[in-house]
Amino acid sequence: MPKYALYPGCSLETGGIEYGMSSHAVAHALGIEFLEVPDWNCCGASSAHMTDHLLSLALPARVLALAETLPVTEMVAPCAACHQRFAAVEYELSRDEDLKRKVNSLLERPYTGKVKLRSYLDIFANPETLEEIRKKVKRSLKGLKVACYYGCLFVKPPKVVNFVDDPENPQAMDNIMRALGAEPLPWPYKTECCGASLGMTKEEACTKLCNDILKVAKDSGADCIVAACPLCQQNLDMRQISVEKKYGTQYRMPIPFFTQLIGLALGLDPKTLGFKKLFVDPAGVLRKVGAA
Amino acid sequence: MGEVNFSQVMEQNRLFVDKIIEESGQDIRQCYQCAKCSGGCPGSFAMDYLPNQIIRMLMLGMKEEVLKSQTIWVCMGCNTCTTRCIRDIEVAHVMDTLRQEAIKAGYAEKGRLVTIFNNVFLSTIRSYGRLFEAGLLMMNNIKTGNLFKDVQFGLPMVLKGKAKPFPHRIKGRKEIKNIFEKIKRMEGK
Repeated sequence: MPKYALYPGCSLETGGIEYGMSSHAVAHALGIEFLEVPDWNCCGASSAHMTDHLLSLALPARVLALAETLPVTEMVAPCAACHQRFAAVEYELSRDEDLKRKVNSLLERPYTGKVKLRSYLDIFANPETLEEIRKKVKRSLKGLKVACYYGCLFVKPPKVVNFVDDPENPQAMDNIMRALGAEPLPWPYKTECCGASLGMTKEEACTKLCNDILKVAKDSGADCIVAACPLCQQNLDMRQISVEKKYGTQYRMPIPFFTQLIGLALGLDPKTLGFKKLFVDPAGVLRKVGAA
Repeated sequence: MGEVNFSQVMEQNRLFVDKIIEESGQDIRQCYQCAKCSGGCPGSFAMDYLPNQIIRMLMLGMKEEVLKSQTIWVCMGCNTCTTRCIRDIEVAHVMDTLRQEAIKAGYAEKGRLVTIFNNVFLSTIRSYGRLFEAGLLMMNNIKTGNLFKDVQFGLPMVLKGKAKPFPHRIKGRKEIKNIFEKIKRMEGK
């Protein structure tokens, strides 16, 4: 049974609650065990790395040090933005002993690097788990056209995030969708930034970036955009109504998480998977796969 | 941008340029201005200087112009530039270092929305250990004076169980506070 330390991050219990709900339901169905990192703290997000280099390393390093108390060798962070902060700790501290010592002097429990970060997409997209998923599909997503949206931080920059996939045209989520019976579309905005980090401070720029992504997905013939990052998802889902108003269009594009679609294909109840939590009504998607 | 005397600014700001190179760990002198960073930058439309121009200005020692630019605050840290740089420069990392330097050197305007947001964000982490979204939004709106920013999302967020009315306080709050304090002492702030 694969076992991982889980760092839920601040959004999996709030803004991205459906990501958390579906992640737990799907892990249970696939026999994946998650051990939550005890007493975890916020990774500091972009506010820390815009403000202070040491702070941006110390906050996530405390979490990795706490994960080292668990009987695991790997940790996953479903939020792409958190994932990249942990990746930055691994990348920078493994190359600079002085910096590692400095960061550890700020922590109560030292970070050794013994628990490694693993991409959340990869724990589903690896060949063995994909096979397991294929075997367990009860409700094929045949006929569902999906635009897989990876966002930036799971795949960029490749040397830091340490994820073996193409940063411009990644395939991990596409492969998962294929295993579910869905049709992942080739589209050019897979890893274009949605501007979530400007949502609070430069909203007009953020709205434009969201509009570009929604428009290209619609034009590509997508029934929905599948998300892997709670910040991208919230941005495209919750702000979609503002985007439509500003640009005088109607997308009504549902933005489910990839874990919600896995759960749907495994035959789980859409309610358990948090489909009701989405802002843009996913009824069309559920009808199309016979789950409504 | 007004008139710039290149030999003068380089003479005055050589140490600054060296510092940015050292702190970011990025040898910006390797840049040969292919401008791929700017070509792929999703935020370029909202910037006053393009990312490749910032790198060039940095090489020329134009400290004031770089630290006062809008560009460093528009950069969303998506890392497309870093991913595509043919000279292996982590451009997004340089932007982080420039923001940090702008704050330290007093170039980050106190009233700038992103400065306020980052300060409020970090103060909730310092107090609770985790983000308290409702508190963050309220505090941010009060401090920026945009009292009604995003309030239309408040009720639906609560109804969907996506916003918690109270913060979660972690046990290790003291550890978190220590991290902040020790950094402050280390960096002599």
